Amino acid sequence: MLTALILLPAIGAVLIALVPGRRRELFLPLGVTMSIGPLALAAFVFTSFVTGEPGFQMVEREVWYEPWGLSWYLGIDGISLPLVALTALLVPIVLAASTAITHRLKEFVMYTLLLEAGLIGVFLALDLFLFFVFFEAILIPMYFIIGIWGGERRIYAAIKFFLYTAFGSALMLAAIIGLAVLSSRQTGVPSFAYTDLLDVSLNPTTARWLFGAFALAFAIKVPMFPLHTWLPDAHVEAPTAGSVLLAAVLLKLGTYGLVRFNLGLFPQASVDFVPVMAVLAVIGIVYGAVVAIVQPDLKKLVAYSSVSHLGFIVLGTFALTSGGLVGGLVQNINHGITTGALFLLVGMIYDRRHTKKIADFGGLAQVMPIFAGLFLFTTFASIGLPGLNGFIGEFMVLIGSFPSLPIYTIIAASGVVLAAIYLLWAYERAFTGVPDKPENQALLDLNLREKLVLAPLVILMLLLGLYPKVLLDRVQPSAEAILDRIEATTNYVVPEPGRLEHVLLMEEGE
Amino acid sequence: MSLVVTSGWYMTLAAVLFALGALGILIRRNALVMFMCIELMLNAVNLTFVAAGRALGNLDGQLAVFFVLVVAAAEVVVGLAIIVAIFRRRQSASVDELSELAG
Amino acid sequence: MSQFLWIIIALPLASAVFLHFAGRRIGEPRAGYLATLSVAGSFALALGAALPFFQGESHGVTVNIWEWMPAIGAALEINWDPLAALMTLIITGVGALIHLYAIGYMHGEARFTRFFVYLNLFVASMLTLVLAGNFAMLFMGWELVGLCSFLLISFWSTRPSANAAGKKAFVVNRIGDFGFLVGLMLIFATFSTLSYAGIFERAEEVLSPGMATAIGLLILIGAAGKSAQIPLYVWLPDAMEGPTPVSALIHAATMVTAGVYVIARSAVIFEISPIAGPIVATVGAATALWAATIALAQKDIKRVLAYSTISQLGYMFLAVGAAGHVAGVFHLMTHAFFKALLFLGAGSVIHGMADEQNMEKMGGLRKAMPITAVTMLIGTIAISGIPPLAGFWSKDEILGVAFSRGGWFWVLWIVGLVTALITAFYMTRQFVLVFLGEPRWTEGVHPHESPRTMTLPLIALAGLSIVGGLLNTPFRTALEHFLEPSFELVALTHPPEGLGMFVLLAGLSTLAGLAGAGAAFLTYNRPAELWGRFEAAFGRTWTLWSEGYRVDDLYWATLVKPGLRAAEAAAFRFDTPIIDGAVNGAGRLVRAAASKGRGLQTGMVRSYGALFAAGTVAVIGWIIWRGA
Repeated sequence: MLTALILLPAIGAVLIALVPGRRRELFLPLGVTMSIGPLALAAFVFTSFVTGEPGFQMVEREVWYEPWGLSWYLGIDGISLPLVALTALLVPIVLAASTAITHRLKEFVMYTLLLEAGLIGVFLALDLFLFFVFFEAILIPMYFIIGIWGGERRIYAAIKFFLYTAFGSALMLAAIIGLAVLSSRQTGVPSFAYTDLLDVSLNPTTARWLFGAFALAFAIKVPMFPLHTWLPDAHVEAPTAGSVLLAAVLLKLGTYGLVRFNLGLFPQASVDFVPVMAVLAVIGIVYGAVVAIVQPDLKKLVAYSSVSHLGFIVLGTFALTSGGLVGGLVQNINHGITTGALFLLVGMIYDRRHTKKIADFGGLAQVMPIFAGLFLFTTFASIGLPGLNGFIGEFMVLIGSFPSLPIYTIIAASGVVLAAIYLLWAYERAFTGVPDKPENQALLDLNLREKLVLAPLVILMLLLGLYPKVLLDRVQPSAEAILDRIEATTNYVVPEPGRLEHVLLMEEGE
Repeated sequence: MSLVVTSGWYMTLAAVLFALGALGILIRRNALVMFMCIELMLNAVNLTFVAAGRALGNLDGQLAVFFVLVVAAAEVVVGLAIIVAIFRRRQSASVDELSELAG
Repeated sequence: MSQFLWIIIALPLASAVFLHFAGRRIGEPRAGYLATLSVAGSFALALGAALPFFQGESHGVTVNIWEWMPAIGAALEINWDPLAALMTLIITGVGALIHLYAIGYMHGEARFTRFFVYLNLFVASMLTLVLAGNFAMLFMGWELVGLCSFLLISFWSTRPSANAAGKKAFVVNRIGDFGFLVGLMLIFATFSTLSYAGIFERAEEVLSPGMATAIGLLILIGAAGKSAQIPLYVWLPDAMEGPTPVSALIHAATMVTAGVYVIARSAVIFEISPIAGPIVATVGAATALWAATIALAQKDIKRVLAYSTISQLGYMFLAVGAAGHVAGVFHLMTHAFFKALLFLGAGSVIHGMADEQNMEKMGGLRKAMPITAVTMLIGTIAISGIPPLAGFWSKDEILGVAFSRGGWFWVLWIVGLVTALITAFYMTRQFVLVFLGEPRWTEGVHPHESPRTMTLPLIALAGLSIVGGLLNTPFRTALEHFLEPSFELVALTHPPEGLGMFVLLAGLSTLAGLAGAGAAFLTYNRPAELWGRFEAAFGRTWTLWSEGYRVDDLYWATLVKPGLRAAEAAAFRFDTPIIDGAVNGAGRLVRAAASKGRGLQTGMVRSYGALFAAGTVAVIGWIIWRGA
């Protein structure tokens, strides 16, 4: 079933290739149809997933190349399940939102579907080599999506994106191979399987080096300060669909990888690296927010806000507490939904005005009330207004991280204030007041298609804000299994809330 | 005296063929001829494979030959197509004139 | 019964959702009536559900609605105890009246139904705040009322000042929320839950005084943001940009009292700390005096009331800080009555004067607007603390509480007494300037009494302002009795016992009120040149008051502007040139190296071939040589 989940969009892409190029009007509807299949399947996987079960489910394993121990090894657990579902949900949405693309439409749809196959594959792969293959394969369609359908500096942005990520993943490949070699030396059976590599015993130095190589690849992807500068460029230049998938799913590869591989494979090194990761995460939170305040371009603003929001996820992850880790994983999804929606909204106004500069707008709420209302709604979801989805993850991260990283968490909480400043200020400048520029006075409000595109995301923002149990039930057991393993293999103890005085004293003692 | 054809003979022949091919590549300018020289070299290698396989008494060598043949066939298809395309465009197949990609 | 409590929140919420989608079809007055009915329905339900408390039969229940964030012990659950019930009754009761009033006030507004969507949403959020059974859900209501406040302040979104005010309110509140959030982290880290039941019952055994102080002060920061206390009060005067019913409902009667509520709710924590309570009381007293002096010199009818609200909230903080929680909540209630009344009266005046808000251009309105004038007079007397109206009883109880704590609280008691005098002065000044004397209207203004939907709430609130104080007098402590179950874990401070003490204290505060009112009447019930001269005599002090001590300028110069500068420096002097510069620099370095090496690529296939062959020979040669 999981194989089908990967293959369906790829088959869709092939089928699209067979349609004659002159039938342009067909491609978007066809693309949406093709991506409905994976969505339905993902929904089925989501509902038939057994909650409360920490391990991998629906595992499939076929030998791929035995001498090296490669296998087509797929499985899903509470950490990857929501991400797969999110990917499957967003692809039909971004395709339906891409009516502004006229140039080489057929290829665009194909690349998007191939990207979907790669993204789903990367979350499902349990063979590290297979993971790496998907990890790299994603770059190709994304590179073209930015490079062909992007803005003015698209080539620069695409190359920067590609090289930056490829640089990180090269180191990761070395680490993967190194780990597999160590494994086969110890067991005598070569294997790249995640479940086998868990058992490799590493000396602390090796573990730290390997941790570092993985962490670098994922930190670039997240992106963590100071490796973030590819993101604003990629977002600004990418077409709407690219931006949405980039922010909503591609960045999550980084946080997913940190949880799955860094915490999973290198428990001791993770514990050792907590200070480094936490410091960078907190810098990212505050720095991304501060820089976002003064951005003149809406997309750039949202890009920097992503740097800030993902900092919360990394902080929660490396707080090594249940609340923090679960909160981070939930925030993964919530950030995907809200930021995806924000980029869709920016895309809609860009389609009308062909600009993303905040200064070019003003008074839009008067001419486009529905658009303004939805933008405000999404803005508040992103700010972390309780009752909407953004709050759940952020709040759990903050509350959950505090017992283990009190000082960092307090600093991180200031990001909550800064988020209100940059988003509301941008809203004020772009939407309120009188529309005094003539270009803005005749804009049409959202049409039915655009409303339908946004509807599922808006509903999810409310649903996950009020009833996050849907996610929590699935995420929590898997997250706690990772923490249990860390506790079992190192002398780290997850700080028990209720013993805070003790924790604070330890901080002072060091 | 009877002439015993040992594997050394095959190897020598292959080496001669290979050297001819290599020499051709280095001194000829016509892309088509160079292409034929490449084929010559490939087949020289095939010969060594078969000869070695026979000498060692297993089928690995012949197996490798099949791979080489398949690759060579694919290569011919693509390569010839490129050469024809270039010839059509420029009315020449001289490789020295093809230096657009020079650094 | 208790399993239906969620309907109290759901009713206004459902009305908001319904009006959001179908409001325009329903049309102008009907949408307003529906919204009003939904809030009135909640009031009726709450009254029914509160009956057991009146009879003293119940101590309260907690009803679980559904799981929310189990990992941190936060469910959506309703805590129905007397304190929550009282707050609910105030919110829905006063709320319903203000909704009714708004039907008249917002008449002819293009976004009439939208206004009621927001207003209903606000009521639902506020109810979420007070009915929450844990701090996470309280925080949800806390933030949602902030959202509604933002939406309603910037309701007239074509006015730049309204948008700026809305944003300012939200951001300043968020600064307070930051403190509150850190407080919640400490609570969770100490108790490993956020639910009231798990916290308050175990507080005594788990909480050390130091931790209690830390939590208490952090909660104070949050409360100071929401309830507009020093130093975070600056958003409330600007919030008057919103329509007047909003000012009455959110920025006088309900939302701004959330800070008082949350401190009263966490009474147990404050009790354990030796200094958190006194600090709260000090902040409250300081704010009361500070804002009262600013209110003295305001010309805008609504800004007087805004600063007055800040000042009165200061009284409530003084009360809860002195552990006189019943007194604080009592004043919260009476203040909701008379301040809502005053705001609605002011709205009625503004409505009748064609959106004029400057009191210098009013005067003599008592003839044109008799009902407004009489009800405003009642409100003015009530807030001035003159017996037997509502404000007297509650303010007197607060002063009594401060007095009986003694020590440092005597200083606060004197501050409270002085503030009472100033309060009476500025409120009487306002009343005289607006309703008495000669008309000073601008040409073409024809003041008229407001429609029935607006005067009816005025009359109702005036009635409550008269009798509301009798709920809790030294002679009959009904309210205290009612609230007892909510404060059974804390030792409440009471005003001094005995009739003699009461007469002495009440006499002093009545004297202060009468003195202030009399002085203002004598000063302002004269031609404009004369009181103009009176104000001019204060010179720069008066200007400083009228400009609110220029605190906004101070914040701008010390926080906002440097903050923006820093952000710009980070973005344009650090991020782009340095961090991204390093990335691009690495790229350029590779390019530069490559351009040196590109000469090797001659484009001559045969030279490549020759090099290749030479290389092969070399490698083979090396292998042979090494093998040998």
